[in-house]
Amino acid sequence: MSPKKSTIKEFFASLPKNIFSGFVVSLIALPLGLGLAMASEIPPIAGIITAVVGGLLVSFLGGSHVTITGPGNGMVGVLLVAVTTLGLEATYAAIVCSGILILLLGFLRMGKLADFFPSSAIQGMLAAIGLIILGKQFHIMLANKLSLERSLDYLLAIPETIFGVFQYENTGLVYAALAGVLALAIMVFYPRIRNKYLQLIPAPMWIVLLSIAFSYYFELIVQSPNPISENYMLSGIPPAGEIISQLPSLNFGPVGSFPFWISVFSITLIASIESLLSIKAVDKLDPQKRRSNANRDLKALGLATIGSGFLGGINVVTVIARSSVNVNNAGSNQSANFSHAIFLIIFIALFSTQLTRIPMPALMAILVYTGYKLASPKLVRRIFSVGKEQLLIFFTTLMVTLFVDLITGILAGVFVTFIIHALMNKSVSLFLRNILKPNVLMFKEIGTKNDYYVSVKHFCSFLNYYKLKQKLDAIPQSEDVVVDFSMCEFVDHTVMDNLSGYQDVFLKSGGHFEVIGLDLHGAESKHPFALRRLIPDLGLLQKNLTKRQTTLQEIADDYGMHYEAKEAEDLHFLDKFHFFTSKKVESIYNRLFNAEKTFKVFDINYSEGAFIAKENVRTTMLHINLNHEIPEFTLDREGFLEKVYLFAGYKDIPIENHRDFNKRFYLLGENTAVIQEFFDDDLVHFFESNPYYHVESNGDSLLIFSKERIAGVKEIKALYDFGKRLRSVVAATRQVEAYHS
Amino acid sequence: MLFESKLILIHVGDSSEEKTAKFQEILAPFFIDGLTVDIVYEPGEPVTSILKTVRKKKIDLLILGALKRENFFKYYVGSIARKITRRAKCSVLLLINPSVERIKCKHVVVNGLKDEKTEQAIKAAFFVGSALQAEQLIIVEEITQQEVAISINDDKSLRRANLKKEKLRRQEDSRINTIVASIPEKHKKDLALRTQPIFGKRGYTIGHYAQVARADLLVMNGPGKSGFLDRLFPHDIEHILTELPTDVLLVQ
Repeated sequence: MSPKKSTIKEFFASLPKNIFSGFVVSLIALPLGLGLAMASEIPPIAGIITAVVGGLLVSFLGGSHVTITGPGNGMVGVLLVAVTTLGLEATYAAIVCSGILILLLGFLRMGKLADFFPSSAIQGMLAAIGLIILGKQFHIMLANKLSLERSLDYLLAIPETIFGVFQYENTGLVYAALAGVLALAIMVFYPRIRNKYLQLIPAPMWIVLLSIAFSYYFELIVQSPNPISENYMLSGIPPAGEIISQLPSLNFGPVGSFPFWISVFSITLIASIESLLSIKAVDKLDPQKRRSNANRDLKALGLATIGSGFLGGINVVTVIARSSVNVNNAGSNQSANFSHAIFLIIFIALFSTQLTRIPMPALMAILVYTGYKLASPKLVRRIFSVGKEQLLIFFTTLMVTLFVDLITGILAGVFVTFIIHALMNKSVSLFLRNILKPNVLMFKEIGTKNDYYVSVKHFCSFLNYYKLKQKLDAIPQSEDVVVDFSMCEFVDHTVMDNLSGYQDVFLKSGGHFEVIGLDLHGAESKHPFALRRLIPDLGLLQKNLTKRQTTLQEIADDYGMHYEAKEAEDLHFLDKFHFFTSKKVESIYNRLFNAEKTFKVFDINYSEGAFIAKENVRTTMLHINLNHEIPEFTLDREGFLEKVYLFAGYKDIPIENHRDFNKRFYLLGENTAVIQEFFDDDLVHFFESNPYYHVESNGDSLLIFSKERIAGVKEIKALYDFGKRLRSVVAATRQVEAYHS
Repeated sequence: MLFESKLILIHVGDSSEEKTAKFQEILAPFFIDGLTVDIVYEPGEPVTSILKTVRKKKIDLLILGALKRENFFKYYVGSIARKITRRAKCSVLLLINPSVERIKCKHVVVNGLKDEKTEQAIKAAFFVGSALQAEQLIIVEEITQQEVAISINDDKSLRRANLKKEKLRRQEDSRINTIVASIPEKHKKDLALRTQPIFGKRGYTIGHYAQVARADLLVMNGPGKSGFLDRLFPHDIEHILTELPTDVLLVQ
């Protein structure tokens, strides 16, 4: 659609932003890479090699836009097994072989591989990986290196280690354990502190910086050796030159053996599933709503893995946490991934010796936190809210993975899911008879509206979801789609889960995605999770009102407005605001609105990023629906962060004759001339003489908020007052304009 | 009488006075409308004897009652109705909802496959549709994934695939239009005609569509030869036969 010339221009225009974003990502990638490699009992530098090779190759060959590649969390479990059974050099050989297999998967167009597994089983598998990471690293975090046989034993030994800490006699160990606990505290509390200066550097990098500073403090100021025990310092970081000259020798000796291929297959399975899931999740975060070519990505990842294996790195996978950080920092194409690799090279070249000043427990605290996030009780609660049977699937996969191995675990999950489905429908034949049938019909309805209609027959579960997906993927996301399940006897959780993902993507791209025909299913008791899935959290907020809520109710009565405490159903009126392009609205509640619903004050819960980089933010906002058009703009106070953005390519729009305004406020927008015209004297004076708010226009409505937290009752009143006066000023401005023209 | 044709009742079994009297009684109301009837008694195995009669009497249209769905065992071994359908040399009408009161057939769906039999199927659909005073006739163009031949990976290939689909749709439309042009005007005048392109598995999806569109009659090209293997790996008409969406007329 767009001519090529402009895309090149766009690319260069967004390059500074991408380089900046790549820089932030590399700050996380450095400690994570070191930690993940060490957790797999592979030399720590392998993690960096992986990220560098991945970043350099996949950014050119891959088919996605905002993903970041490097060493993945999921790989720890399988690589650990590989290293213990095969030895390090044969593990490199296995990694190379798995790279070849991933490349093959790409050529066989198996980008849909991840769709064949029930989502609860995948959750269970990821949780198991999380527990494996957590179990093993927890001991190192508390300076108690253990070597046990099974990953389960590590988990069981956790209490012992905790009690053991209080009996350390060696102060070196005490300090090491303290470093670990402090680092964990940083990881836990970092997302809760919303200070913009603090947030400029990601938490893992704070840990690195603080521990290096600590080490220098003792060396230069106290002039005594670092109190943390030598054994618990990061070791094995060769100088940059050595990395290239000392390539590991690969041992292809055990290629004929059975355990070798078991390892290769589990590495391949986990690497490709983790990558595909991440690609899918990151696509949802992409503000430009582009679609990734998963098959092309698989090919690139396979190739990068082969290269990384030969250079002494581990599997290159697409990683969700780092990708989401990339999106949050306005990374918009693969140049961010590329620059993240370049920054890593620079770090290693310049600071590789500094890295040995990091205590291992601190680094492992990052992994403990990651592992906990993968298997957090919150996740279990969420799965339980979907249905008891999902919990059964989840725990079966989890337990089998912990007790046996990953491949058996996921197969057990699939098997249990199928059995549960068969039991719920009291019929195996429903599945057996219809599994091969092309049960999805899609056509463009001919008539006035011209929208797509998709009808699904028989059953729709993880077994044949790919058929539905194939059809849905053939629809441009800006169109209207109706998915009809009325002829479908059974719809499972995996499908509903994925469909809600589609719903988000379509709505954000200006389309509409509707699922119909499930009303009947509710009446029949044999389809509980299909419908329960749709409203999992209902009933959370309606019961006893809090004090704030009763006060809000009073304000509403006072101002002649309506008040509703429970969650709103329509969350998408915010999608068009620039502020929300890389954020996901989780819920809107405690709404105060006028009779026409044009003036709304509400509490909102939105999230930025995903996985360990995910941060939930609750705040109070005001949304005003204007019944006329105004230019799109964003207005905020001038500050340090904005200077950074300025550096990354954003521009402040100057308003003539208002130096004070220009100095204090930061105005953003695409259509400079129209915005300059819109900001006339009255409006500028209004902003100058009132408290600061973040004000954003999407063309026909205004979004106003001040802080990234829930507002108090008084603040709500102030916000309400500000909004009301702003609305009248904007209306007056318009009248003047109309008068002049 | 509706089609100005002669009814031949095939009864598999020996002839007897009693049976003849019963048939006469059932058909009595229709004789007034000028029905001509011929009752054939053909003892023996149902499938072969019916097929034999079809050949002997040079029957043009065979009407059979059928079950909506075959069960697992019968599917592979085959029920009588379906066996006949698969082997008959004449057109076959399969009725799944027989009813004493005639339910008005409002909505006819016919396939518009790129096939030599299609022209005849469409002609038959028009003929039957107008004879039954149907209100609407939809010609369904089935376009398979193989024809689109672009696998969708990202936005770019999606756009290309959609352009290709649009092109295919126009091609199909013009092909159907030439067929429709050759239909005599008297069959066309009371029918609202629509074409609908659908994308999916040939033969199967049209059944699905007929169900979605709540069609009362589905007109399809008759089957070619099919063996046991075709039933294991069903295609085209076999899909329809396994799961009859509505009354089906197979035109030979």
